[in-house]
Amino acid sequence: MSWASDVRRMRAIAWKDLTAERRSRAVLNAVTFLGVLILMLFGFALGPDRDALRDAAAGALWLAILFSGILAFNRSYQVELDGGALESLLLYPGSRWSIFAGKLLANLAFVFLVELIVIPVAMVLFQVQFPEGWAWASQLAVLVLGTVGFVILGTFYAAMSSRSRSREVLLPLLLFPMMIPVLLGAVESSTSLLRGDPMREAGAWMGMLTAFDIIFLTAALVTFEYVIEV
Amino acid sequence: MAVGTMDLTTDVAASARGRTNWLGVAGILALAAAQLFVVVTSPPDRDMGHLQKIMYVHVPAAWNAFLAYFVVAIASLRYLWKGRQTDDLLAASAAEVGALLTGLTLALGMIWGRPTWGVWWTWDPRLTSTAVLFFIFIAYLLLRAFVDDPERRAQWSAVVGLLGALNVPIVYMSVRWWRTLHQIQSSPSTVDPAYAWGLRANAIAVLVMLIFCIRHRYESARLERGADDLVDRAALAAGRGREVTDG
Repeated sequence: MSWASDVRRMRAIAWKDLTAERRSRAVLNAVTFLGVLILMLFGFALGPDRDALRDAAAGALWLAILFSGILAFNRSYQVELDGGALESLLLYPGSRWSIFAGKLLANLAFVFLVELIVIPVAMVLFQVQFPEGWAWASQLAVLVLGTVGFVILGTFYAAMSSRSRSREVLLPLLLFPMMIPVLLGAVESSTSLLRGDPMREAGAWMGMLTAFDIIFLTAALVTFEYVIEV
Repeated sequence: MAVGTMDLTTDVAASARGRTNWLGVAGILALAAAQLFVVVTSPPDRDMGHLQKIMYVHVPAAWNAFLAYFVVAIASLRYLWKGRQTDDLLAASAAEVGALLTGLTLALGMIWGRPTWGVWWTWDPRLTSTAVLFFIFIAYLLLRAFVDDPERRAQWSAVVGLLGALNVPIVYMSVRWWRTLHQIQSSPSTVDPAYAWGLRANAIAVLVMLIFCIRHRYESARLERGADDLVDRAALAAGRGREVTDG
């Protein structure tokens, strides 16, 4: 009974966040555009050499995702803080984890939508071939695992940074050092898969990403009530 | 009422000052003795010469930094469990000293690496993961600086400290897969017996300094908190007085 109502709350919160975003659409467009712009900047910084670009493609793509996606997280709480709605949300009965899970789902949808545009642009700009055979499925798995890890901690830390001073600088300072395993895992396995995974290392990295996601999803769900209630 | 609390706080302060000062003197003496011991006894290394002596601060600093982070993790967990302010202050003090020792480890490592490896910095797993650890706990300290409400600061930093500690093995493992170059880390069992006692002695001396610094920061944080409480209480009392006169 209570489990079902928690899941319903989670869905309602995710739906509310996505509806608000769909109606305004201001942030999604801006963040996507920023992601593409960062890719362009990497292109200029790394020079027009084909091979250099192709080798750096996965790294540039992930940094573009991190730098643009991070803007989504503070916004996710800012909307509620501006209207004073977070207090009312907390007054409703039910467990706290469903608030986190709802925001997590909405932010996941948000970042996946950004990626839907940014990734094809990255493939064109960095001259990456569409992977042959079933390699695209592994690439997709890397993308999902990396994005989930990023959004879990992003959504979690934004619950703090959005309610503190200097939130714009605090969130990246908290989040990026924690993201280093995700960045390494995603970039290394993507790069390896693009070369046909000669050392068979992509699987190990994906295992690490999966472990990261499970550990921090559990930790975030358990500790979220300490973060949101004060 | 307020006067009574003030007296109590001063008593605690006086006794704490006495104890920690004694510990500080002991720490500095131990450190000086251990340093003197290695200068006198340890011969120059075959390859590194006297450069090897950096190890006597670098390695103990690294060990004790890890110990400090362990204290942060345990104190954070205990704060979330029991909700006692003292655990929060302990975690904060240990994080400050831990960050300082990590900075020292990195700086000494670079000074040693330049003549030995020929570079100030290399992307080797132990260096890189130590730097990441440094950033994780700098972020922890910044979060504390950016949040004003004491209860909120305590809850949030406990959670951030805990998640940071949880990430340490994952960072270490991922960076290790990524790259490997560092020599096997020095410990009494891997260094020449001529160096082992010097290393142990310095590790213990730095440990005493670590305990002294954490305690000192902890006691002063407690006093600051006590002073804040007194100010708040005085302001409340003044406000209540004014309300009565206005009414």
